[in-house]
Amino acid sequence: MTGLVVALSFIAVLALVLILGDLVLKGASSIDWAFFTRSPVPAGQTGGGVANAIVGTGIVVGLAALIGVPIGVGAGMYLAEYGSGKLGFIVRFIADVLNGTPSIVIGIVAWTFIVRPTHRFSALAGSVALAILMIPMLARTTEEMVRLVPHSLREAALALGYPRWRTSLKVVARTALTGIVTGCLVGIARVAGETAPLLFTALGNLNFSLSVTQPMQTLSLQIYVYATGPFEEWHRLAWASALVLMGLVLMISLTARWVTRQRYGSGS
Amino acid sequence: MVAAANTRLRLEASHLTAMFGQHRAVRDVSLLFPANTVTAIIGPSGCGKSTLLRCLNRMHELTPSASVQGEVLLDDVNIYGDEVSPIELRRRIGMVFQRPTPFPTMSIYDNVAAGLRVNGRRFRAEMDDAVARALQQAALWDEVRDRLHASALALSGGQQQRLCIARAVAPQPEILLLDEPTASLDPAGTQRIEELCHALKRLYTIVIVTHNMQQAARVSDYTAFMYLGSLIEVGRTDEIFTKPKVEQTEAYITGRFG
Repeated sequence: MTGLVVALSFIAVLALVLILGDLVLKGASSIDWAFFTRSPVPAGQTGGGVANAIVGTGIVVGLAALIGVPIGVGAGMYLAEYGSGKLGFIVRFIADVLNGTPSIVIGIVAWTFIVRPTHRFSALAGSVALAILMIPMLARTTEEMVRLVPHSLREAALALGYPRWRTSLKVVARTALTGIVTGCLVGIARVAGETAPLLFTALGNLNFSLSVTQPMQTLSLQIYVYATGPFEEWHRLAWASALVLMGLVLMISLTARWVTRQRYGSGS
Repeated sequence: MVAAANTRLRLEASHLTAMFGQHRAVRDVSLLFPANTVTAIIGPSGCGKSTLLRCLNRMHELTPSASVQGEVLLDDVNIYGDEVSPIELRRRIGMVFQRPTPFPTMSIYDNVAAGLRVNGRRFRAEMDDAVARALQQAALWDEVRDRLHASALALSGGQQQRLCIARAVAPQPEILLLDEPTASLDPAGTQRIEELCHALKRLYTIVIVTHNMQQAARVSDYTAFMYLGSLIEVGRTDEIFTKPKVEQTEAYITGRFG
């Protein structure tokens, strides 16, 4: 039995090792200084980089976090602290449905409500799509984390004459803070690699752009375009972009781990 | 001044009934808690002693489906009256729970200051004095004076419980409610808390719930015995323990049931 379980977990880990190994083998050689600092050159030429996609990923995902984190965490706090009634049940149900919605559908929603009325693809539309993707995840993880705070702490605060809102904010949320931050980071890491919701929102952009009302390139879109393109040079850059994106997600996940560690470190 | 005000203070439950849904956990209890005394509430598990205590600072009503009938008079004002804010009330009545409940994200100092901050106190020097005074009253000052800004979780269980007492007394409440405060402590920790009860009754009116009869006998001036939600007998502690008037009380304190 133990042997079986060990073998299965080995297979699970093997997938990650194979993916990472493949990415490093095929992508690492293309990563140089120009890769990070230059924008793409016209098709057919060699050289150039993905600076526009790296910065674009930062902007689109950062903006998505700016929109999604307050709403998601707020909804999670509501569910945990006040969500025992009917409304809480409905919110929780909707969050679960939204959590299972294919991300491309969310892209279509953002397209319908933002891209079509404004007549332009934009980074902002992409951020909204990613935020919608993020909100139900954050709401449910925040709820879980807040529920872990012992009831006795709430009572202690209320017995001191804390109003309910102040108890939620100063004692409950602060106690659950590392868990909430970890949940946010995991959520951000999760949407950072999304391509489908960005296809018809942020669209992609071969030039360097900082304007959120214009189309913007992200690493995932870059990979999609380059990997499906006809040029050898593009494939090379796609591999390298994939490696960078993977590294980025890994870094966010490691930060999440580190935050969690801080919590239990100070506890003992 | 404070002492003079306290001698006039009266806390009194009058025909108090506390319910969980349809279940009457406390049944028509009338009980006076004289100022600057320690009153112990004893009785077997589930007799309603903790529920009674939680009615005195309106914590009971925070439980879903809980309700209260009757009155609790504090200085002749019914605390369940419409014009009384439960939040303001709880600032006048400190409470310490069975298990230590220090706020884990706060330092020792911030834990003690928590109740002061919520009262709107903000001057630094004033705050420092109040925190030091509270820690001295809780007999914790000498152990933590050098590490006031360390995490409250770094303290031992007994120290954490005294920290909770310091936190409860820092806003200078009039009444201190202790809900089995030594239930999770070792004998040494228990002894320190009991010594504190003696010291603190000069300043506060103390109500302590305990299932430990020796503890009730050691710390209290008055003892109330509850059984199945009803108040069976109340009197001076020495009389309750030496010549109880009711058969059930005698059976309980001599260990024949409970």
